[in-house]
Amino acid sequence: MRTRILVRLAVLLSLGGFATAAMAASADDFKAAAAKAEAAMKQANALKNQWTTTVDAMKAAKKAADAGKFDEAVKHAHEAEALANASVAQAKEQATAWHDAVVH
Amino acid sequence: MLRKTLIAVAIVVGAAQPLLAANDVDPQADAKAFKEYFTKRFPKVPVNDFVNGPYSMDEGLRKQWESIDAFPPYDFAIEKGKQMFATPFKNGKTYADCFPNKGIGIRQNYPYFDTKSGQVISLEFAVNQCREANGEKPLDYSKDDMAAVTAYMAFTSRGKPFDIKIPNDPRALAAYARGKEYFYTRRGQLNFSCASCHVQNPGQRIRTEVLAPAYGITAALPIYRSAWNGMGTTTRRLRTCNSQVRGVPLPGGDEVYRDLEYFLSYMSNGLPISGPGTRP
Repeated sequence: MRTRILVRLAVLLSLGGFATAAMAASADDFKAAAAKAEAAMKQANALKNQWTTTVDAMKAAKKAADAGKFDEAVKHAHEAEALANASVAQAKEQATAWHDAVVH
Repeated sequence: MLRKTLIAVAIVVGAAQPLLAANDVDPQADAKAFKEYFTKRFPKVPVNDFVNGPYSMDEGLRKQWESIDAFPPYDFAIEKGKQMFATPFKNGKTYADCFPNKGIGIRQNYPYFDTKSGQVISLEFAVNQCREANGEKPLDYSKDDMAAVTAYMAFTSRGKPFDIKIPNDPRALAAYARGKEYFYTRRGQLNFSCASCHVQNPGQRIRTEVLAPAYGITAALPIYRSAWNGMGTTTRRLRTCNSQVRGVPLPGGDEVYRDLEYFLSYMSNGLPISGPGTRP
């Protein structure tokens, strides 16, 4: 009985510790994530193919960071980076793929 | 000797490149194919009716349009545009001083390729060039005064057929080709091209809207759009299309939009100007 309680307590404490470690994003973590997102967005801008959802994700990231919610900010920054990369991939693919749609 | 021969070959090949690129672009063939695609797909639509966009595709919508057009909602824009034309700039000049034929009955010639500046000039761009050349601030490309001036100019050209020219200039062909590429390129998170809606699905619905055919699509602009509860220009329509597919719109007057309008209007050569128009 006592062993069972101790084991359960250990599991709970370890879960709490794991959760705390996973959520412990810092301002520096956000800066790094934002820099990567902004680099990808710069590429998308150069190709004149920025998505509105990318811009929204980055705005949400900055808003969360301003409020000190760095775990949320990092999550949104990663999302912005992924969306920007997808828009760059789209532009690169379409550079040749558009020909298939031409009326002839 | 070999070195000189190689240099000579390189020069000839290098000089040939622009000609090879120009030969790949055939606007006349494109326009013929474009017209045939739409007239074959919609054999019951009279050719000139394509300029009426969704109303050429849907009988119910057409009846609504005919009743709205008894009291055209763009009338106020025409009146305002006429007034703006008559009102001198601070330096005493007017819009009439900037345009051929004093700006009357010329809308069907826009966009055109300006060989001096090496760029496509849309009507909206020309209006702002006129303003800036006469010490006035440029207008917002999307609505209000720009819509009014271009509504008036379109009205003076009602019924005149589009007469878009591509001069024998590789830069003009390149601009046309860029516009064509933009039209067929998928963009935005929703991954639509202009063609996705206006070539592959004219007459179909997207949400509640009936899609217009691309053939003749610029003829009715600027438009009074019920969805906007007001007037909007070509630029406004293009920017809205971009954002509707979750693509960030380009700034008004952007070269890309002008090249796109050049391509679309050339495809519509021969179709009558119907602007300003009304749309749902």
